[in-house]
Amino acid sequence: MLLDLVAKLGRTTLGLIRAAGSLTLFALSGLSHIFRPPFYGRVFLSTFLETGFFSLPVVALTALFSGGVIALQSYTGFAQYHVQSAIAGIVVLAVTRELGPVLAGLMVAGRVGAAMAAEIGTMRVTDQVDALTTLSTNPMKYLVAPRLLAGLIALPLLVLVADVLGVAGGFTVSVVKLGFSPHAYITATLNSVKVIDVTVGLVKAALFGFLIALMGCYYGYNSKGGAEGVGTATTSAVVAASILLLAFDYLLTDLFFSQ
Amino acid sequence: MTGTLPKIRIRDLHKSFGSKKVLDGINLDVMPGTSFVIIGGSGSGKSVLLRCILGLITPDTGSIEIDGEDMITASPRRQDALRGKIGMLFQNGALFDSLPVWENVTFGLLALKRLNRKEARGHAGSILAQVGLDPSVGELYPSELSGGMQKRVGLARAIAAQPDILFFDEPTTGLDPIMGAVIDGLIVDCVKKLGSTAIAITHDMASAQRIGDEAAMLYKGQLIWQGPASSLMDSGNAMVDQFTHGRREGPITMELRR
Repeated sequence: MLLDLVAKLGRTTLGLIRAAGSLTLFALSGLSHIFRPPFYGRVFLSTFLETGFFSLPVVALTALFSGGVIALQSYTGFAQYHVQSAIAGIVVLAVTRELGPVLAGLMVAGRVGAAMAAEIGTMRVTDQVDALTTLSTNPMKYLVAPRLLAGLIALPLLVLVADVLGVAGGFTVSVVKLGFSPHAYITATLNSVKVIDVTVGLVKAALFGFLIALMGCYYGYNSKGGAEGVGTATTSAVVAASILLLAFDYLLTDLFFSQ
Repeated sequence: MTGTLPKIRIRDLHKSFGSKKVLDGINLDVMPGTSFVIIGGSGSGKSVLLRCILGLITPDTGSIEIDGEDMITASPRRQDALRGKIGMLFQNGALFDSLPVWENVTFGLLALKRLNRKEARGHAGSILAQVGLDPSVGELYPSELSGGMQKRVGLARAIAAQPDILFFDEPTTGLDPIMGAVIDGLIVDCVKKLGSTAIAITHDMASAQRIGDEAAMLYKGQLIWQGPASSLMDSGNAMVDQFTHGRREGPITMELRR
């Protein structure tokens, strides 16, 4: 009985180590192909547009409403201590450091990470990935490297937009609903915003973009067993990307901002 | 001397997936210019054999030589070069959904930079004509094509780079008998025109006899018979005869799952 338990624990541990090793090798291989020709500019451009441009509406709306919610919630708490003037600083800090990258990342993981896993997974189960190999094309170079690069570049740009719109959301709610002076709010925002906050937010976004693309490509590339396998890969890609994103968010926050 | 060298030589090839032995000591020589057909039931190892030759699956032991060069021990660069000699028609076409037909057909040529995109677009029309399709089909996407048209486009893609070797994975599966005969005819024409060596795997006996010069039967991972394709229906081997005539009774037993 005890031996069975130990054996099961051992198998699970070995399985986890194997999965981590496989993912690491996949990531290193994908990264190495980013820098080695041939380069597939068209695949990169279409993925970049899909990740960056076509995700703009959903990321913009999320940032706008989140900025508004922070302003509203902060006001509820701060009014008790008569420190409402700190709201502008809180909004800009929360948006640039955390909410911009994390919410944009989660939205893109749901939208683009799932699409990547489904597309590559379908190609895998319908022999299209093997067909690439037979046509003198390395699938890692053609399918994975351009997506990793697109994620790495597109998400910081999206987060930059999310930062601006998140602050705009807070500004709108504070001015229209809470009666703040527009001039005072903007001055307080400009006084509170720091280059390091925005920079770290963008670094986080680049890492999140890479992780989302990596999970989408990895699970899609290793799909098995037809439509059901592709469905499982898609779900796994989104779940894994979301969890990794939140875990790395904590680690980076601890690295850059812990006292 | 090179005239007698097999185009493809396979020796003592073994492949297992877990405890399941899929290829069990395959030995096979395919001579240049021959159309070789491999028949066998579902799960007999036909597709795995083809994928091993292409280097898509690494066998456990054995050797696969293409023009005298071992595919398994070759460097990745040499494997790519050897693979470049092979054109493959996949069972379901395996056309790239996101690309128009003309780009599917010329994908290999574009990858090897033998053509630029403008030239490729024009060249695709002439290759499509070779498989009996109107050049205007080049502007369509694979999802807009019928099953038969998809096979033809897959064939056009396989022959586009004028390969030395052509592989056909169940080329007539899922097609009606007339379309099957049309595809077989196109395959025979293309192989003759290019002077290629061909390996086709199928369990369609009519197709096997139309395409093949030589034939072999794979059963439980072993080659149990080899001979002229014309004698497939009258091989003298009890297993081959049972399979080719589609008889329930005989030495081949099917494992039925409830």
